[in-house]
Amino acid sequence: MVTADSAIYWDAAAERRLVAQRCAGCGALRHPPRPMCPVCHSLEFEAATLSGRGTLYSYAVLHHPQHPAFDYPVLAALVDLEEGVRLVSNLVDVEAADIEIGMPLEVTFAPTVDDRAVPVFRPAR
Amino acid sequence: MTGFGGGAAIVGIGATEFSRDAGRSELQLACEAIRDALGDAGLEPAAVDGIVSYTVDPVEETELVRSLGFREIGFSSRVPYGGGGSMGTLLHAAAAITSGAAEVVVAYRAVRARSGASRFGGPKTRPSPTSGHSGTTAMQWCMPYGVLTPASWMALNATRYMHAFGVTNADFGRAVVQLRSYAETNPAAWGYKRPMTLDDHQASRWIAEPCIRMFDCCQETDGSVALVMTARDRAADLRNPPVVIGAAATAGLFEQEIASDHYRPDLAVMDGSVALARRLFDSGFRRDELDAAMIYDAFSPILLMQLEALGFCGPGEAKGFVADANLGLDGALPTNTNGGLIGEGYIHGLNLVLEAARQLRGTAVNQVAQARRVLVTASRTGAILTRD
Repeated sequence: MVTADSAIYWDAAAERRLVAQRCAGCGALRHPPRPMCPVCHSLEFEAATLSGRGTLYSYAVLHHPQHPAFDYPVLAALVDLEEGVRLVSNLVDVEAADIEIGMPLEVTFAPTVDDRAVPVFRPAR
Repeated sequence: MTGFGGGAAIVGIGATEFSRDAGRSELQLACEAIRDALGDAGLEPAAVDGIVSYTVDPVEETELVRSLGFREIGFSSRVPYGGGGSMGTLLHAAAAITSGAAEVVVAYRAVRARSGASRFGGPKTRPSPTSGHSGTTAMQWCMPYGVLTPASWMALNATRYMHAFGVTNADFGRAVVQLRSYAETNPAAWGYKRPMTLDDHQASRWIAEPCIRMFDCCQETDGSVALVMTARDRAADLRNPPVVIGAAATAGLFEQEIASDHYRPDLAVMDGSVALARRLFDSGFRRDELDAAMIYDAFSPILLMQLEALGFCGPGEAKGFVADANLGLDGALPTNTNGGLIGEGYIHGLNLVLEAARQLRGTAVNQVAQARRVLVTASRTGAILTRD
């Protein structure tokens, strides 16, 4: 699934770093990654390390249909990071009944089947 | 310009049966529906010189040409956005016809959404061969998290909508009860003679909590529908009264993605439908002169969200608009009178256009008296259809 345009994000995640693209031309952050800055059209960018702190923008507790690679229910989340980037992710270390929109979150990393890792979020400590 | 002076019209409609296992290919289903639509119009296959479709199409245009015996195609296009692009076929056809690029344009959709190799509502774990992205964008940002299905993508937006306006799943359920009531009397519908109460809805299992239960989902369906369009002034020579494309528009916004549309600042509002409505109503039509609406209801939350975005009620007011029976035949805006995608079946949206055409011909099962103007929309594409 990783493409030439998205490797900047997933390769950092595999090293347990949360990053977003920062345009080298105008400094704008963008996610998901894309090759060109829509603000200034620069093709140059860097991986900006993010704090990993944010709040829960929305969520869904997924029950059906189920895929064998996941444990159900899946706690799906939209996380608004304090730098202004939104991510699709999972919630961990929380019960479905305790999820509240707006709750403070922090990043942690979950291993994947191919020995890499993806950013997920838990209630801020 | 969104109106094209009313210069183009739907002159033929066709459909196969809707089922859970058609037992034949999408290509065959499409051929049958298009053949029937041409017959309905009274046009020969050789008259067709335009083909419009929208993405996530399992049928190749060249196969249709070879199968149906079209002679020479001068215009073809596919609207982006998957099912959200379904009503954009009307804009593309009207633009082609009124510009002279084509004289007779066919639009179609054929799906085996239930019996095919991949159920429409099932997990997507790889890009589809026909769309590159299984009908949405940014799949790789969802897949590692088990957010694999259309319901799961929609749910992330719907939960935010519920939070913003104090909406409950029962509010969605009241809309579903209305749709199923329409479907109950529609022999073509999955919901034909299958009554459903709000209690039944609330007892159905969760797909995505707290917003989408099983009965909030459209019916994965096998089948095909087709439209034939040509110049309005040519329609007088044809078999059926024309359904005029009075206005048609599409709207694709900067931060908007397709089904996994998670990056706009405010997901409680369907900005694409707001932009679509502005373009449609700039044509001079007014909301209060519409006699019915057909609104893309892949999942019930987006029906309410579109009612607001299209301007039929204010933000957060759709639950009251629905509860006051405004979607019924005696309401302010009879909506999805075939049962919608939830009650009739999911031919990827395009079956809603056939229902609009039937209303304007006066042949709908749940007929709106004296229907003269009907809105059809699918999130970010739409049209206002009229009769002479």
